[in-house]
Amino acid sequence: MASIEMKNIVKKYGDGFPAVNDVSLDIDEGEFMILVGPSGCGKSTLLRMIVGLEDITSGDMVIGGTRVNDKAPRERNLSMVFQNYALYPHLTVFENIAFPLRLAKVDDGEVQRRVNEAADVLELHEHLERKPANLSGGQRQRVAMGRAIVRQAEAFLFDEPLSNLDAKLRGQMRTEISRLQRRLGITTVYVTHDQTEAMTLGDRVCVLRKGKIQQVASPRELYEQPVNLFVAGFIGSPPMNFLPAQLEGSRLTTPFGDIDLDERRAAAVAGRDLLLVGIRPEYFEDASLVDEAKRPLGSVFTARVDVTEWLGDSQFAYIPYEAPDEIRTQLRELSKELDSEELRTQAIVSIDATSRIREGRDAEFWLDSRKVHVFDPTTGDNLTRDADAGAELTRLAAEDRVEQVQSAEGEGISAA
Amino acid sequence: MSTKEKTWWGVAGVAIVLYALFPIAWIVSLSFKAPSALNNGNFLPGAPTWENYSLILTGGASDLFLPALRNSFGICLIATAISCLLAMFAAYAIARLDFPGKKFILGTALAVAIFPVISIVTPLFNLWRNIGLYDTWPGLIIPYLSLTLPISIWTMSAFFREIPWEMEQAAQVDGATTWQAFRKVIVPLAAPGVFTTAIIAFFIAWNDFVYGISLTSTEQARPVPAALGLFSGASQFEDPTGAIAAAAVIVTIPVIVLVLLFQRRIVAGLTNGAVKG
Amino acid sequence: MSTTTLPPTEKTQPVSAPDATTSDRAKSERKLGWLLAGPALAVMLLVTAYPIAQAVYDSLFDFRLTDPDNRSFTGLSNYGVILSDWLWWRSLLVTGFITLVTVAVELVLGFALAMVMAKALSTIRPVLRAAILIPYAVITVVSAFAWQFAFDIQTGFVNSWFGWVPGIGEDTDWFGGTWTSLLVICLAEIWKTTPFISLLLLAGLAQVPEVLQEAAKVDGASWWQRMRKVTLPNMKAAIMVALLFRTLDAFRVFDSIFIMTGGANATESVSFLAYRQTISRLEIGLGSAVSVLLFLAVVFIAMSFIKGFKVDLSQSRGEG
Repeated sequence: MASIEMKNIVKKYGDGFPAVNDVSLDIDEGEFMILVGPSGCGKSTLLRMIVGLEDITSGDMVIGGTRVNDKAPRERNLSMVFQNYALYPHLTVFENIAFPLRLAKVDDGEVQRRVNEAADVLELHEHLERKPANLSGGQRQRVAMGRAIVRQAEAFLFDEPLSNLDAKLRGQMRTEISRLQRRLGITTVYVTHDQTEAMTLGDRVCVLRKGKIQQVASPRELYEQPVNLFVAGFIGSPPMNFLPAQLEGSRLTTPFGDIDLDERRAAAVAGRDLLLVGIRPEYFEDASLVDEAKRPLGSVFTARVDVTEWLGDSQFAYIPYEAPDEIRTQLRELSKELDSEELRTQAIVSIDATSRIREGRDAEFWLDSRKVHVFDPTTGDNLTRDADAGAELTRLAAEDRVEQVQSAEGEGISAA
Repeated sequence: MSTKEKTWWGVAGVAIVLYALFPIAWIVSLSFKAPSALNNGNFLPGAPTWENYSLILTGGASDLFLPALRNSFGICLIATAISCLLAMFAAYAIARLDFPGKKFILGTALAVAIFPVISIVTPLFNLWRNIGLYDTWPGLIIPYLSLTLPISIWTMSAFFREIPWEMEQAAQVDGATTWQAFRKVIVPLAAPGVFTTAIIAFFIAWNDFVYGISLTSTEQARPVPAALGLFSGASQFEDPTGAIAAAAVIVTIPVIVLVLLFQRRIVAGLTNGAVKG
Repeated sequence: MSTTTLPPTEKTQPVSAPDATTSDRAKSERKLGWLLAGPALAVMLLVTAYPIAQAVYDSLFDFRLTDPDNRSFTGLSNYGVILSDWLWWRSLLVTGFITLVTVAVELVLGFALAMVMAKALSTIRPVLRAAILIPYAVITVVSAFAWQFAFDIQTGFVNSWFGWVPGIGEDTDWFGGTWTSLLVICLAEIWKTTPFISLLLLAGLAQVPEVLQEAAKVDGASWWQRMRKVTLPNMKAAIMVALLFRTLDAFRVFDSIFIMTGGANATESVSFLAYRQTISRLEIGLGSAVSVLLFLAVVFIAMSFIKGFKVDLSQSRGEG
């Protein structure tokens, strides 16, 4: 188990394009770090540089206090789960898991013991003599994990390990990975483009965009205090709504009525003209279902609902709105960058499942204006981010982690 | 599929087997005919006899046939081995490495594959006589490479492209050296492709007739197909038909054994190399 | 799976100057590539490019091995001699006839075989596959003998089996005339090489997704319409590759003619003419000229396939 430190890491390819650009990131011992971002953001390249499959153009890669830039992958003692599992097709499941031990010339009895131990953890016992080709996707995934945990590696590296599984299996394996990491308390770097995985698995999440780090923080901080439009738009599902707004004093005029800003936020945005307001879907509610006591904390507006989606436990409403051309272009570019295909300017609003709001009718909505963020439409910066509140969230998450790892150790379950 | 349809496809299947085996059955039957029965116009031999086989294996024709059989095996195996070795390196480079000239090499292989053999024979005939390679093993092995090497490169490149090279990296992360990764992971994965390619290359070399008949003159290097072609010309037999049939059966046995053992791989090799989307 | 795009993984050199490494690595990879592929390329060029160059050179001389001292440069006159000789044109016609007939029949027959194999139950498929590989693997000379003996007036069974067909009798001499000889030659060639075509077509057939057939069925297409509008267009690459390879192969026909007729009764192909000039008559100059002309004809056919039918070999061969 070791910490991983990256200092000003740069990766340039032959054509001079920087796939990873000046990334500095410290990963603590035992921490679960997620690298997340849309395709082409450099997250996989970064992971491959950690494990040594990709040369580092400049910068320092330090694992457990040693600079490893010039070390071959096998000298770094890391284990990795590949996206398509990279199981050796000519070897049985047993030999696949035993492969790193065989290379290290571990004696037979020990190999037997450790593979069986891994098979216990991953429930692979009945498949040990089969070949990978005869396994299901989930089983293959578990074999790949088995190969990773069978030896005492300094860290686990995962390269989108669940992207080839169907949704249900993905959910199961996600909790499995989380449990395993907590139990072994091993430093883990996990690459994904799936934000559910990012939010649920990571102690901290590193959001990358075009090779650059945007924000490194606990999932909660990313969600509540994003640094910019990109992070705000990437984290959260359904995504945050961005509405054009005109500033007059401390009052924002939006397509969904006026929003009054508190003093702190009013001061942060003062002196600007056109702005973008970021509102998460759950900050909205069907006005008729809001407590009288809560009502004054937000604003009420009327809008025509285009489509509603009732999901049993929740309900979404889609409300189209008009936006100036420059904002429209800006939003379209953002959505393209986030790998989505936003065809129209519409807000997604989460309302109570019992709401009787219906499609094609005008309805009254309530908007919790305390939580909105205001962004600069040209730079994308979050003007109203509360850095202290964010840092506090991440600090709390770190405390939680320490507690969990200690309790796992207290139960006497240690690394295999 | 309905039962009626199934029956029809079954009938068609039987027709294919008949189509494929009928001429072989005929030549086998012919090889068991006694000289007196050769001209009776029947398909089956009537009273089968080993006479023809003893003629070519121990009798009067054995000094023509046995050396030819030895030559064929020796020359074809060596030519196959050389072209597989060369093709292995080339295919590895083509499938695995990024370098300009890949297309050129594949294009050259293609051009050589469609090259009319007779156009090579004419100048070689003269050259071989001048430098003493005429009627020798090397004198056939070298031109055989023009038959076996292109198809070996194509087939093996197609096989090697299917190898999940990511495995090599996984092995390195698992603690393997470059050499260990190659030997423990890549070699076992590549071996079937090399083996299949070798079989196909052997078939092609075994089938050669033009080089065999043009670049040899005695049993020193003459391979079986050429010897067969000349049986009829040799005057020591009254009627060479039976002997030819027996010899034809013997040279067909090795390829049929290979086909029966490795049919699945051979089909994969033939089609992989040629058509792949 | 596209695994060819993975970057190289050699870790032998230590990383030093940041910018130099990428180009160094690319350079060393290029070097290694040529080092590995170079020998094969060199051998291929040596066994083909050199002989054809030599043939071009030889074709410009009046040169007989029986009279080696009287070698004299005659320019293109060998070509003049050949091109003004009916023998050349006749052998070209014979070759063209055999190519056309065999390739056309093989394409249809091969497609039928491929269809049967595609539809066959999985239990009998290995049997069919093994059976169909046998003609492919049997050497051409053996196949030629088998067919020759079958049709031969003395040893054959064809005359007695098919005596009921008008025009065939006990005394039908198949190898006595040009057309009947060519017919038997074509039959032998077709038998031997149809399997190759059918395997290529089968592979092409397997690449047409079953779901397309189902979609076309739902859209109301008949069997024939599905074949013509869905299956065949999607197999175009496979068909073209099979056609190209077989055409060029058929154009080089030699073995069967040598065995069956020895070129008698005007059944000589271009390859056979070149062989006879060089090896039998030792006319190196004339033989070389025939070889060069044959080579040019093959190049012409290949070119017209690639340009005319737009056969993209690199694509059909799974490049990239």
